[in-house]
Amino acid sequence: MSDIRMGLLFSRIRMEEKLLIEAAKKRGIEFVMVDSREVIFDLDSKFEYDVLLERDVSHSRALYALNLFENSGVKAINSYPVALTCGDKVATSKALRDAGVPTPDVKVAFTKESALEAIEQMGYPVVLKPVTGSWGRLMAKINDRDAAEAVLEHKDHLGSYYHKIFYMQEFINKPERDIRAFVFGDDVICAIYRSSKHWITNTARGATASNCPLTPELKQICLDAAAAVGKGILAVDLIESENEVMVHEVNYTVEFRNSIDTTGVNIPDKMLDYALEVGGNG
Amino acid sequence: MANCPECGTALEIGDDVMAHEIIECNACSVELEVVATNPAQVELAPEEEEDWGE
Repeated sequence: MSDIRMGLLFSRIRMEEKLLIEAAKKRGIEFVMVDSREVIFDLDSKFEYDVLLERDVSHSRALYALNLFENSGVKAINSYPVALTCGDKVATSKALRDAGVPTPDVKVAFTKESALEAIEQMGYPVVLKPVTGSWGRLMAKINDRDAAEAVLEHKDHLGSYYHKIFYMQEFINKPERDIRAFVFGDDVICAIYRSSKHWITNTARGATASNCPLTPELKQICLDAAAAVGKGILAVDLIESENEVMVHEVNYTVEFRNSIDTTGVNIPDKMLDYALEVGGNG
Repeated sequence: MANCPECGTALEIGDDVMAHEIIECNACSVELEVVATNPAQVELAPEEEEDWGE
């Protein structure tokens, strides 16, 4: 039984949120459910939770809500600065590089002409990613100049301003899998391989999950990556290149449905442990 | 008993369903949001947006 008051920000109850709610109930914790579709903030809003778990599927809602919650004195997981960094691939890549964490090379450009020039400088293939986005959505592997011109033209007309922030990442030839590691605070609790014949290895796109043993080297790079973006409840995505392991993304609203049975680790319970620690009752 | 608002099929909804949980219609596979429990009521779930993810 805990006397910590814990809020849960959501806009849909996925399997992850359901597992978290059930795990909390077993420990005598009743979440205060905060539906981001209904919540209204004002500049003097005060909240009655000690800690808020941000589980909103919408990045933009999460970002604004976290800022408002934190400025009202609520400890949030993850924090607004962490969400700001992890929710933006440019910010993530820059934070990783500045911290000395191995990460693929990236170029950023703001017009389709300069983006084409950047791609030509990098050489083919390159990966074009939206600066904000998840689940492998709208990612493109650009194999030649014709493809680059076509995709850049399409992105230029997509409508949202952030599609005109062109993020080009070095393509890493990986062994039909990448690694996702779960880092909660200072602990790397488990990791999975995400395997697919396709170059996109998100489980949301059909990749299969299997347990990935945690080596001291893997743990260290994961901890370094988590520290680079500010620590919290994070999923670090890594690629095994020919020469080294590199971090290519860090996720801050972690999905874990495929990783509990796979790893044997009770991920929702570990999340609650961390939340209680942050909330002051660990 | 709730019916799928897309195809009309009677839905089998478990007792442990939570408000705002996302379920899938077994007949047409559309995503549904449980908007009330006891008795269960469902609506079409919001469609995926560009900023959704993890």
